[in-house]
Amino acid sequence: MTSPERTEESQKPVTSIPALAHAATERKAPAASSVLERIRDWKPRSSRLPDAVFKVLIGLTAASVFFIVAFVVWELVDKSRLVLHQFGIGFFFGHDWDPVNDQYGALPFVYGTLVSSLLALLLAVPLSIGVAVYVTEMCPVRLRAIISFLVELLAAIPSVIYGLWAIFVLAPLLREYVQPFLARTLGWTGFFTGPMYGLGMLAAGIILAIMIVPIIASITREVLSAVPQNQREAVLALGATRWEMIRMGVLRNARIGIVGGVILGLGRALGETMAVTMVIGNRPEIAKSLFAPGYTMASVIANEFSEATGDMYLSALVGIGLALFLVTLVVNALARLLVWSITGSTGRARA
Amino acid sequence: MPNPANGAVTKPLSGWRRLTNLGATAFAIAASVLVIVPLLAIFVYLLIKGFGALNWAFLTQTPKPVGEVGGGMANAIVGSALILGIASVIGIPIGIGCGVYLAEYARGRVGDFVRFTADVLNGVPSIVIGIAVYSLIVVRQKHFSAYSGGFALAIMMIPTVARATEEMLLMVPNNVREAALGLGIPKWRTTLSITLRTASAGVITGCMLAFARVAGETAPLLFTAFGNQFWNLNPNQPTAALPLQIFTYAISPFDEWHRQAWAGALILIIMIVVAVAAVRITTSRGSLKGAS
Repeated sequence: MTSPERTEESQKPVTSIPALAHAATERKAPAASSVLERIRDWKPRSSRLPDAVFKVLIGLTAASVFFIVAFVVWELVDKSRLVLHQFGIGFFFGHDWDPVNDQYGALPFVYGTLVSSLLALLLAVPLSIGVAVYVTEMCPVRLRAIISFLVELLAAIPSVIYGLWAIFVLAPLLREYVQPFLARTLGWTGFFTGPMYGLGMLAAGIILAIMIVPIIASITREVLSAVPQNQREAVLALGATRWEMIRMGVLRNARIGIVGGVILGLGRALGETMAVTMVIGNRPEIAKSLFAPGYTMASVIANEFSEATGDMYLSALVGIGLALFLVTLVVNALARLLVWSITGSTGRARA
Repeated sequence: MPNPANGAVTKPLSGWRRLTNLGATAFAIAASVLVIVPLLAIFVYLLIKGFGALNWAFLTQTPKPVGEVGGGMANAIVGSALILGIASVIGIPIGIGCGVYLAEYARGRVGDFVRFTADVLNGVPSIVIGIAVYSLIVVRQKHFSAYSGGFALAIMMIPTVARATEEMLLMVPNNVREAALGLGIPKWRTTLSITLRTASAGVITGCMLAFARVAGETAPLLFTAFGNQFWNLNPNQPTAALPLQIFTYAISPFDEWHRQAWAGALILIIMIVVAVAAVRITTSRGSLKGAS
């Protein structure tokens, strides 16, 4: 049955002023007496069975989402049991990845995933917040839609095309110009030394950053627009400059939502497969230099899963998949809760 | 106008405050430019390199053996269509059903839980879905197939379609439902022919977006559809897909294959842009039909 409560929920006004919010809800709530409710819930006999069948069918489709998630978890746990029995939790801390001798340690992949994702965040977060602030607070109204559209378009490009572009355009660019420059200026830190292939951890971090900017930017934009206009006006009225207004009136109020968006971007970066596989170099080593090739959890599965011979090898790869799943699960859940706390669960925030 | 009473208001900004304000503005503009530049660069390269390699043979022939010039990706284009067709047939009805449940039936906790699970599913790395479908279908069948690839993509479509459907249904005013129910139309009929129909433009948009999203997916196809160098129209056999072919060609050491990878990427992006543009056109007519 459609009930009035549901509409109220969906049309919850975005205002932080309790008096206004209260007034708005009051205006909308119709006084439904119990008699009216009974009349509404009465059904002719002919529609009872089809209604019940429809309800069950719809319920089943909703339940299928549970089943899929449960099935994915079960499959991952079941198939990775072998390697987790053999190596225990040490599987994720072992250095050696040697399928020929049945030695499996996932540390190089965990390291590669973490480093490439963090590098991506480091590059993408300031840029995304910059874009979101520009779009919501500074730019002319006409530009607003265009920039938003272009950033959304960035999200529509398939991962494999990013990878293709990175191999043939980004990597040579890095090799010829960026890496020599970084080695000259920041080589002393130890992060930018060694042979310059172009392909490697740095390229992976950059391409990941480009890919997660639209996610972080669009959520930040939503959260910033959810900040009530009077907050801005109040700060401006106190004589703040535009930047002070943005810092104190907007960013401060939106910080939880922004953190949520950043974590959501992190979740996407951790699980991203194709573009990274194509540029990271695919060598299971841990190197301090960002020029060196690396390997991530997702790429090792992509590269070796269909060639894995032997139960232990396959199980090790599924074990990595399980770890990847759990990490992204936690990260996404955290991000969802943070974003929902700002925009509401039926809000338009999308990954 | 010099007025000592509001001197604080008219006092010029201090140097530091002016500087940070300018700096912040400059940073925001620079960030916007930096984000747009890679997008333009990708499109420019796609157009230049893609059109350079595109020809009739590319669209009509199957891949030639290594070392021979020519050939194309016709089988991959058809294979992609086959896999995406299977994915849509499975994923869209389930996704819409799930969205209808969320908007019309779910109450309180249960609804939030379904919504949350859908979002979790949306965040599962595509490669992990590939593993799960591999174990479910490929291992049981003992061979790769377009069915398994389509099923993997369908799983990825469900959460997107579901959330879009829910959003659109919630925008349909309650009066519309009440009017239908008041005429004695049963609930299932109201939902299908009135509510869903009213929101149809928006729901279609959601479906197209989900379609565009999975059209470029490669990771879940690696060990489900697997790829194929030859013509295959049997969905129970390993099938070529455009993203898979681009991946294989891009990481190969052959220049001819690199050229074809660019052409394939161009075709793929054209397919996606056409889908997204179609979405824009339908939504520009408003996301609700009739009611507003």
